[in-house]
Amino acid sequence: MPMVKAKFLMFNIKLPQASILPPISFAGRRACVLLCPCHYIQMEKKGDRPLAFDEMMNADSSPRQPYATYNEWYASQDRPRLIAKSKEAENIFRKTGITFAVYGHADSSEKLIPFDLIPRIISGREWRRLAQGIEQRVIALNAFLDDIYHKQEIIKAGRVPRELIERNEAFLPQMIGFRPPGGVYTHIVGTDIVRTGEDQFYVLEDNARTPSGVSYMLENRETMMQMFPELFHQNRVRPVENYPYLLRHSLASLAPPGCEGKPRVAVLTPGIYNSAYYEHAFLADMMGVELVEGSDLRVIDGKVKMRTTRGYEAIDVLYRRVDDDYLDPLTFKQESALGVPGIMDVYRAGNITIANAPGTGICDDKAIYSYMPEIVEFYTGRKALLENVPTWRCSEADSLKYVLEHLDELVIKEVHGSGGYGMLVGPTASKKERTTFAEKLKARPSNYIAQPTLSLSTVPILVKKGIAPRHVDLRPYVLVSDKVQIIPGGLTRVALKAGSLVVNSSQGGGTKDTWVLED
Amino acid sequence: MLGRTANGLYWMFRYIERAEKSARLIDAGLRMSLTRSHATDEDWGGVLQSSGVRDIYDDLYESLTSADAIDFLLRDRSNPSSVLSCIDSGRNNARMVRTALTRETWEATNECWLDLKSRLARRVKAADMPEVIDGIKRMTGLIRGAFHGTMLRNEIFNFSRIGTFIERADNTARILDVKYYVLLPAVSQVGTSIDNVQWESILRSVSAHRAYGWVYEAEYKPANIADFLILNGRMSRSLAYCYDKIVSNLGYLAREYGERHAAHATAEQTLSSLRGHAIKDIMDQGLHEYIENFISQNNRLGQEISNGYRFY
Repeated sequence: MPMVKAKFLMFNIKLPQASILPPISFAGRRACVLLCPCHYIQMEKKGDRPLAFDEMMNADSSPRQPYATYNEWYASQDRPRLIAKSKEAENIFRKTGITFAVYGHADSSEKLIPFDLIPRIISGREWRRLAQGIEQRVIALNAFLDDIYHKQEIIKAGRVPRELIERNEAFLPQMIGFRPPGGVYTHIVGTDIVRTGEDQFYVLEDNARTPSGVSYMLENRETMMQMFPELFHQNRVRPVENYPYLLRHSLASLAPPGCEGKPRVAVLTPGIYNSAYYEHAFLADMMGVELVEGSDLRVIDGKVKMRTTRGYEAIDVLYRRVDDDYLDPLTFKQESALGVPGIMDVYRAGNITIANAPGTGICDDKAIYSYMPEIVEFYTGRKALLENVPTWRCSEADSLKYVLEHLDELVIKEVHGSGGYGMLVGPTASKKERTTFAEKLKARPSNYIAQPTLSLSTVPILVKKGIAPRHVDLRPYVLVSDKVQIIPGGLTRVALKAGSLVVNSSQGGGTKDTWVLED
Repeated sequence: MLGRTANGLYWMFRYIERAEKSARLIDAGLRMSLTRSHATDEDWGGVLQSSGVRDIYDDLYESLTSADAIDFLLRDRSNPSSVLSCIDSGRNNARMVRTALTRETWEATNECWLDLKSRLARRVKAADMPEVIDGIKRMTGLIRGAFHGTMLRNEIFNFSRIGTFIERADNTARILDVKYYVLLPAVSQVGTSIDNVQWESILRSVSAHRAYGWVYEAEYKPANIADFLILNGRMSRSLAYCYDKIVSNLGYLAREYGERHAAHATAEQTLSSLRGHAIKDIMDQGLHEYIENFISQNNRLGQEISNGYRFY
């Protein structure tokens, strides 16, 4: 059983998928204190429960160092003007059509993700530490994938159980013995990170399948620069806008060996009704490559080709935003109309690069996640620089016993679950819900993991009366080719409501521009 | 360029053109009901017919009333040619070909959709109608302006223009097809006020009643109206003008790709027939037959373009 730090059990609940809820109602334990010059409505300490770590303000209401310049600027701002700017930002997003579709809604309408105009600021020093940890982790993930599809040393060494890999739905036998061009499996990774203190960061989950959200990172920056150019003169913010350029070069550099001339890159989208379609179109547009759908592609003469107005033309690198299951109806789900029949044969023959490689989704599995400290150490020979959130595997008898005894303190997740489905949030669940869940847990222990709750850091957002702290997480984006490139910053998701705080965009979460400062 | 992208551009601009046409038809219909002393709801039957949706209307409604007909033309989702349906389809195509459009063109299209979706969320009151029609003209005008002002003159531009003019030629031809009888000397009581209203209505439905005056000076004459709408190469909704544009855009594609398709011959043939005739010949041979034949040739051309450039 992994080590559990008692302090995590004390406060705050963390939902999976980076959704955060406060442990108990804020009413009564939270006072609004207006602090000049920021009018920062702070959460007040109550009893012996510590406050969440705030990234902008110290406890004595002086700004933390990365926010010093920003805080000065903010103090000189006129509040109504900022609120007007906030509306202007919303208009920019609406006009541009930066939307996502909400599945299952009656009108299947397109929604905007709210944008908060107070940036999240990370110092150069903080970022260097984070980046080292992320790089180490991404290198380990690639080595792990190569290993499980080849010699399986980590299984032979007894560090990860065989059934966890081979019986995993996301493990693709079709990938056994095949090495993708350049040996790269995870071309694009999003590593979700949460912070609980000055020097305390945790990886919440790894997104090695098809991490999304990078278009928001880019549009948020674009919007901020348009609205507050002066801030970018005053603060030395590391640029993120070369991401599409880096992505294109990273993808092109991993073209299959047989590719002649300049590699032809394309983005594969499920189409305009997909919830992330805006991002697919945005990335293809910014990279200057074709945005293709399955119906545009066909396997001809051992190559994947797209139907153009002049005939069929070959594609060398396919950045696919379609899940493994739908990629090839001849190999995976037969009924899939989103994929390309026969593409896996072309892939295995070494005539196309698929990014990310099929079968990388196993890294997103929550049971695998619980082994990440071992995985990182096994492949890099060093202890993991970034910590995991402590995790109980219910498949282990001791853990199961502990989890059952502490259901009211823990968050229980399905190992393959995502989006907050099939989970139990102990502290907010009713007694009946916990009893029912305990039965499910006992029936299929290996289907579940449990985690304690973390007190996630806060960053202020603009509210009517000034600014007020809200919980955040962070998704930095990582490109892997012959080198690992980490874009300084990433997407900060923020819970907007002061009551039930959830950062998921489908549940009222918003986003912020994320700054990494030059030293 | 992907065949699907060419297809998306072609249809995006067909739908935007069609939305404008539906708005103009409503405008002309309203005008007629204001200026004619014996205006009847039955007049809207002709408007529905010009839009090619009379059958769908009759399936859905018991009787023909101006209020229902206007609502049907403006915002009924079961009418694929209603302004709202067209803007929706046009914008969906624009989303599909987003990477082929400039930011300005996309944003104008998206804003048009956002604006009209909210304006047309519920039945429009008669009193608000002029403002709504105006809004539609203005928003589609902005798309056209952004498109012309910012797009590269390449294959993307050509497919968009071809879509616009195939649709426009079809629209003008259908208006003539429905109203041809008022232009026939045998039936028409030349010079009566009823005819004047009918003729003006035809010109209004292609936004050309003022321009007609500039070109033909004197009063309305059926042969001149037919000449204006069919053969006048300076009238931007005439069949001749549309085909001039189609032929030149197809010509750019042929040079760019070094390849000609059946569509090229068909379009050139139609254009030379439009150039080689005087309006008198056409009316003598039979205006109705001429228009029917034109519509079917125009459809054939659309099909040939779709095949030649691998839309599907």
